[in-house]
Amino acid sequence: MSNLLNGKPGESRLFMGNEAIARGALEAGLNIAAGYPGTPSSEIIESLARLPKEAGVYVEWSVNEKVALEVAAAASFAGLRSICVMKQNGLNVASDFLLHLTGSGTRGGILLIPCDDPGALSSVNEGESRAFAKLVEIPLIEPGDFQEAKEAVKWAFELSETLRQIVMVRSITRLSHASGSVVLGEMPKREAKAAFRHNGFVLDPMEGPVLSAPVTYRHDLQQDKLKKAKELFETSPFNTYQGPEKPELLIISTSASSLYAKEAVSLLGMEGRVGLFKLATTWPLPSKLMAQMLGKAGRILFVEEVMPFTEENVKVLAAEMAGTLGVKTFFGKRDGTIPMTGELNPDIVTAALAKIFGIAWTPQPPDYAQKAGQKAFFGAPGRDLTFCPGCPHRASFYSIHSVLARDAREGFVCGDIGCYSMAVLPSGFSTLKTLHSMGSGTGVASGFGKLGPFGLNQPVVSVCGDSTFFHAAMPALANAIHHKADILMVVLDNSGTGMTGFQPHPGLSRDAQGNEVPALDIAEIAKAMGATVRVSDPFDVPGTQKIMHGLLDNVPGVKVLILRQICALSPEKKGKRKFDVMVNPEVCLGESCGCNRLCTRIFRCPGLVWDKARGKARVDEVICAGCGVCASICPVGAIMRVEAE
Amino acid sequence: MGTRLWKDPVNIIITGVGGQGNVLASRILGNALTAKGYSVTIGETFGASQRGGSVMSHLRVSEKGAWSPQIPRGGADVVVALEPVEALRVLVRYGNPGVKVVANTRSIYPVGVISGEQNYPAMEDVRAWVAELSSASWFVDATDAAMRLGGPIYGNIMMIGALAGTGALPLDRGTFEAVMAATMPGPKLAANMEAYDIGVAMVA
Ligand code: SF4
Ligand code: SF4
Repeated sequence: MSNLLNGKPGESRLFMGNEAIARGALEAGLNIAAGYPGTPSSEIIESLARLPKEAGVYVEWSVNEKVALEVAAAASFAGLRSICVMKQNGLNVASDFLLHLTGSGTRGGILLIPCDDPGALSSVNEGESRAFAKLVEIPLIEPGDFQEAKEAVKWAFELSETLRQIVMVRSITRLSHASGSVVLGEMPKREAKAAFRHNGFVLDPMEGPVLSAPVTYRHDLQQDKLKKAKELFETSPFNTYQGPEKPELLIISTSASSLYAKEAVSLLGMEGRVGLFKLATTWPLPSKLMAQMLGKAGRILFVEEVMPFTEENVKVLAAEMAGTLGVKTFFGKRDGTIPMTGELNPDIVTAALAKIFGIAWTPQPPDYAQKAGQKAFFGAPGRDLTFCPGCPHRASFYSIHSVLARDAREGFVCGDIGCYSMAVLPSGFSTLKTLHSMGSGTGVASGFGKLGPFGLNQPVVSVCGDSTFFHAAMPALANAIHHKADILMVVLDNSGTGMTGFQPHPGLSRDAQGNEVPALDIAEIAKAMGATVRVSDPFDVPGTQKIMHGLLDNVPGVKVLILRQICALSPEKKGKRKFDVMVNPEVCLGESCGCNRLCTRIFRCPGLVWDKARGKARVDEVICAGCGVCASICPVGAIMRVEAE
Repeated sequence: MGTRLWKDPVNIIITGVGGQGNVLASRILGNALTAKGYSVTIGETFGASQRGGSVMSHLRVSEKGAWSPQIPRGGADVVVALEPVEALRVLVRYGNPGVKVVANTRSIYPVGVISGEQNYPAMEDVRAWVAELSSASWFVDATDAAMRLGGPIYGNIMMIGALAGTGALPLDRGTFEAVMAATMPGPKLAANMEAYDIGVAMVA
């Protein structure tokens, strides 16, 4: 059962930020939730998808973020309340539709909830969602803690319906994936009746067609909505001040950075000297409130992640109001007091504060820090990320890597986003040579595939996962086929969005809420599009490599090889082993192995251990998942496998 | 609210390797403390959690409200390590001369050690180093004891019991049992409570 419904109103519960957001939406009478999986946002949709049918919420993992926003928008057009959830880079995917949606306006309350990942803890970018709010001219709210995440979402629905505009509520990893105490509110009894009115006057916001044209008229309207939002933000309960009436320094902070700022002030015992202004309504800025706050102190420090968004916006206001406010001294990212990039933490903010006030600050006794550092340097070997034992990707990349090495034309692989992005690391034989956004492996490959006439004679390979195939790789594939690019696209089909926890996608027969749905066949799609298609099991290493060689050597144009094997962690596979595997110490050549310990040094499955004492390889039965692949790796056949009972 | 905290906030770090059940352990502990009326903030490292990386949960227990989900440098009061060298790794950034450490003795080797490129230290060395870097430390064979109870996952409950045994948190058996009964009802409850008791006894 979903954690969201446990407990009674008034009770305090420990909620992950994402659960607090989902609960807030429910308390606001949510009807429709759509999104695309991506850390740190996924648990919002997941926890809603686990609600019982009686909750009356439709939840879907859409094919990509743009379609998710379109699905959520349709609900709004029909008068329902909806949310659309994604990680930061997903907003780029959704942004074309978003631009036009903000022009047309909305009806039922609709929230855009991007979750950013400062420090790229689980991303390959540090993208900023907030800039989009300004770019497409919509209100933005950044909750500062768990309780506020729930309340702000509720309030944002009201705002959205007052303005008839989509509202952005931005979270970040340290809020979405952190947990805190949240007091539950009442669950509403809301009658949801969907109807799309479209026969009224063309400019009627509630009865006419929903369009972003006539553009100048609607754009003016949009600016009026922003002005209205600004007025409402003046009295928002989520902007709070804590500190003396006339502090020596005012900290303006947003989101989880407010918690770091509070901690820093407490660590330095500066509660009586520093004022904490936690700003939640970050766009558009409530100018009267800002003037009042800026009037408190001559020195201002900005604490926010990632880019100096609020810092720059406040500075524009301060310049406009300089006549009355006077000149201020600003500290933040732009003067280097706070680092421009990366994640913040209490230490960075404390150090900044100590520097401004000229206070010495040593969080750890220096001799302790030095001693601990030394011991850990020798005593705590690093933990490289690696594919799980029995992961199909390790086998797939081993084959791709070996085939390209044998081919000897310096072929390369254009990578994509998923667990398999780890193939940039030695654990994936450093196979990926480009890595950007969803679906971009095949798009980039499509471009490389046309460089033959310019002298590029290296084999071009792309990889993508099954979820990624539907998300963004299909247009790239169409492009490559249509333009006769010479590429091999390898689809690593592990039957689910493995990276983020097995969310379903259009290739599977169950949807987010567990309903039976038609599954789309990737092989048939690629065939219908005109590619030469082969399917193989990556665990059949020699078979897979033979097919790859055949495709690279003999088939011109676009080749699609689907490597199909379920993820090692998938619920249906976990704990079941196909083979019992062991190394025959009589046969293993050990240190004198011609391949220089191919199994443990190169292949590196965590289930294969290098036994230093005996100088031989060994299988760790606790870790080995029994996939049997390593049996095909050892050149002398020392690794033996038998079908498990 | 029960007992006053001896300091506010009390900072606990639970550390381990992806897949060891770090998140579940911090959740259970957090739920028990929330049930006692404390305000709990937990910061988690996800993402690497199932892929062999080091993982950490930061718990802040307070009477005043939410704190930063990241504990400041040198700010840990107790470190609970589900894997022994992870204790050492955490102390570098979050340790201080007053910190207490409870560590499981069962090692999980990094890929670099498995492949023979890196060395894993001897347990006696890890013990000595951690002892030198803390005011009190306990190395407990939680995984072994858990295997006898029926599975490695009981080891995490034992570690929570051991944490309770250190007296750093106002955690009592009754509240813990009530929370376990609510989150994992059924026949496993008795075994979980046995695990908890074994844990408490381990640091006695
Ligand atoms: S198991 Fe095979 S590959 Fe590994 S060291 Fe022995 S002979 Fe070499
Ligand atoms: S069979 Fe070999 S490759 Fe597969 S999980 Fe076990 S040790 Fe790893």
